[in-house]
Amino acid sequence: MSADGQKVAVAPCSGIGKPFGTVAREAAYELCETVCPADTVLVALGKLVLGDAAARETVSRNPVVTIDGCQRMCAAKTVKRNRGAVLHEVMVLDVFRRHRDLKPEGIAELNKAGEELARVLAGEVATIVPELKAAVAKGACHA
Amino acid sequence: MPELPDRKVGIVACCGEEIAEGTVSRLATLKVLHDLRPDDTVTICLPLFVAGDAGECAFARVHPTIAVDGCDLRCAARATEALSGKPAASLVVSAVVAEQGLAKPEGRRRLDDAGKAAVEATATRLAALVDALAAAGDAGRAAESAMSAVQPQARNVACACGRGGTPAKASGVA
Repeated sequence: MSADGQKVAVAPCSGIGKPFGTVAREAAYELCETVCPADTVLVALGKLVLGDAAARETVSRNPVVTIDGCQRMCAAKTVKRNRGAVLHEVMVLDVFRRHRDLKPEGIAELNKAGEELARVLAGEVATIVPELKAAVAKGACHA
Repeated sequence: MPELPDRKVGIVACCGEEIAEGTVSRLATLKVLHDLRPDDTVTICLPLFVAGDAGECAFARVHPTIAVDGCDLRCAARATEALSGKPAASLVVSAVVAEQGLAKPEGRRRLDDAGKAAVEATATRLAALVDALAAAGDAGRAAESAMSAVQPQARNVACACGRGGTPAKASGVA
């Protein structure tokens, strides 16, 4: 398959206990709905936990970016277990370390700083989306 | 009668990022955890059943657990049963919405008014399930406590990872 029409699959963690998990989810929405809607597709991690066939197909045939809220790296591990081609792993904490003024608070609803941190993270990933799509042509995925 | 630790009710939400009902499952769970039943509930991220350690995988064997799913795929309920333990109860947001005649939620990132109504309805139903399981747990613990007080016995203490265990004496001391 050529890189034409290929999308980057974005898999955020399903973190429910910490603001960093909410940032991961919000950053994935920002990337897939606002910044790069034509080049990305969101993947629900819950589907991959039991190996849903359609979700497996998505992560195995497209380059994948995982966004994790904590060091447990659930998103990256779960995608890899499903034969996903994880070409870029992001941990929210790493982004926060570079932007310590953007301390996220709130789980059900992020504060302004958390929303901005999500936008920053999405923007950073967006800059490498073309590179990730190009990697498909080099055989990085199972396509 | 010996004091036994409270066993909190576990809640596992699918959090399905692709659909609004997944967001409802997440927000309804958080509402119960933070506002409605904060002293009686705990949660765990669903993917930790794959990525976590043995203790985390034992979640549904330790806590009577309610699975909260956004849709009929029931990823949370099926994954919990397959990877941790059979849920004591389960709830599907789309079914709650249909039963209560609510409009279909929209806006997976920012819920619309129908989504917010679905959160309220799901959280209310979830809190009622928590109460029922907590009450059942209290009754069970009281019976167990009464039994152990009169009849100390050996029993198997299974490892949290589910790989068996060694016989141990229950203290059974009143």
